[in-house]
Amino acid sequence: MIRCCIAVLLLGLTGSLAAEVILHTEKSLYRNIEVFEDGDIRCLRFTVRRRESRQSCIDPDEPDRLVLPYTPVAFGGLLINPAPKRVLLVGLGGGTIANVFARLYPGISIDAVEIDPAVIEVARNYFNFAERAGTRVFAQDGRVYARRALRNGARYDYILVDAFDGDYIPEHLMTAEFLEECRQLLTNQGVLVANTFSSSRLYNSESATYESVFGDFLNLRRRFSNRVIVAAKNGLPSPGTLKSNIALVEANLARFDIDLEQILALDRGKDWRGKARVLTDQYAPANLLRGRNDD
Amino acid sequence: MAIELLGGRILAPYFGNSIYVWGSLITVFMLALSIGYLLGGRFSLRNPSLLRFGSLFLFSAAAVLPLLFFGNDFMDIVFEHIEDPRYGSLVASLVLFFLPTVALGMISPYAVRLLVEHRDQSGHVAGKLYFVSTIGSALGTLLTSFYLVLYFEVNQILVAIFAALILCGVVAAGAGRRTLIP
Repeated sequence: MIRCCIAVLLLGLTGSLAAEVILHTEKSLYRNIEVFEDGDIRCLRFTVRRRESRQSCIDPDEPDRLVLPYTPVAFGGLLINPAPKRVLLVGLGGGTIANVFARLYPGISIDAVEIDPAVIEVARNYFNFAERAGTRVFAQDGRVYARRALRNGARYDYILVDAFDGDYIPEHLMTAEFLEECRQLLTNQGVLVANTFSSSRLYNSESATYESVFGDFLNLRRRFSNRVIVAAKNGLPSPGTLKSNIALVEANLARFDIDLEQILALDRGKDWRGKARVLTDQYAPANLLRGRNDD
Repeated sequence: MAIELLGGRILAPYFGNSIYVWGSLITVFMLALSIGYLLGGRFSLRNPSLLRFGSLFLFSAAAVLPLLFFGNDFMDIVFEHIEDPRYGSLVASLVLFFLPTVALGMISPYAVRLLVEHRDQSGHVAGKLYFVSTIGSALGTLLTSFYLVLYFEVNQILVAIFAALILCGVVAAGAGRRTLIP
């Protein structure tokens, strides 16, 4: 009986292993990178230990399909600026978001900053990350890039901070000073979108930090998933403006299955504890806070 | 070591958190310590006393002050002039951390000179001193990275280090005075 169970178990194990085909593994300067195919999707993940650390996924047969549930939400900034001309991506991943931006807005200029050169190579080789005329990629630390860009007078309509992998947070990318630098980099209609965490004590502190720099923001949350923050340079527009912005881009977004109406409905408002400590360059224990339960 | 850890935090807003920032910091600390050992040994040749020993602590404390007051201004200047964050972080580390670390490095060999009374004890004394200073580094590292950064700002921790150095200096110098008077 026991032997039979083990046999079934083994069969099950090999079955689940066979479904996943590893295409590429690499130990880069910063992490372990793995590209794998599971059924019809291809994903990039950073650590093998945790299963849910998929950074980026595509469907090679259907390039318009946004596989990971957070990806459409990363376009939530279009609620505030429906026609961005200059985009800054902090963190490239598989380059999926850059590709969608380029296809949505031909002629858009995209600057992507990714600290890990190996990730840029993987995006090019496995995820069809295409550098069109307006696309520039910098293998740099996001904070260093932002500071330099500010000095050089660069401005962006849309900044996406997507630099946190499943396990480690670059703490200098989660401080009020960094957010202030981003805010200064934004044009008057500019919007900052951040893909971040949704639990632990960090949630409260991070929320307080964004609020201290941007005031009210859209707090887009979905069960068992990341939280996406959408913050405007000059405060959130009226509900009427949001609605008319949706109408402007709705048709264009349909083929990617990005539904701004639905995304706006994810807004949970101010649902964090009010008196959390703001993160600054002087006080930035983001990784330690993340390990602590919200009490 | 606590200062070295905080160094990573201090440099990150300007030069990022990449591996080369830690490379710069560790290089500068090792270089400064080695020079400090050399100078501390030299300094111990002439009229060694507790008073002078205490002055080393006070000098270290004073060398931490620029970091506290002009750290950001200085990193602004470096950031403006050096495009490559590798050399930027190296230059910034040199200017901000070199002097305090040299001064701290001088303490150990000087202490060996004060504590050794007979040649046949010298190895034993040096061994005990290495033990104390290295275990202190280990505890300082642990305390800072696990707990202090969770409750305090970087500058608050630096002020505490400054105060501790002043205290050590005053105690050593005070003890030196007392032994001189009779």
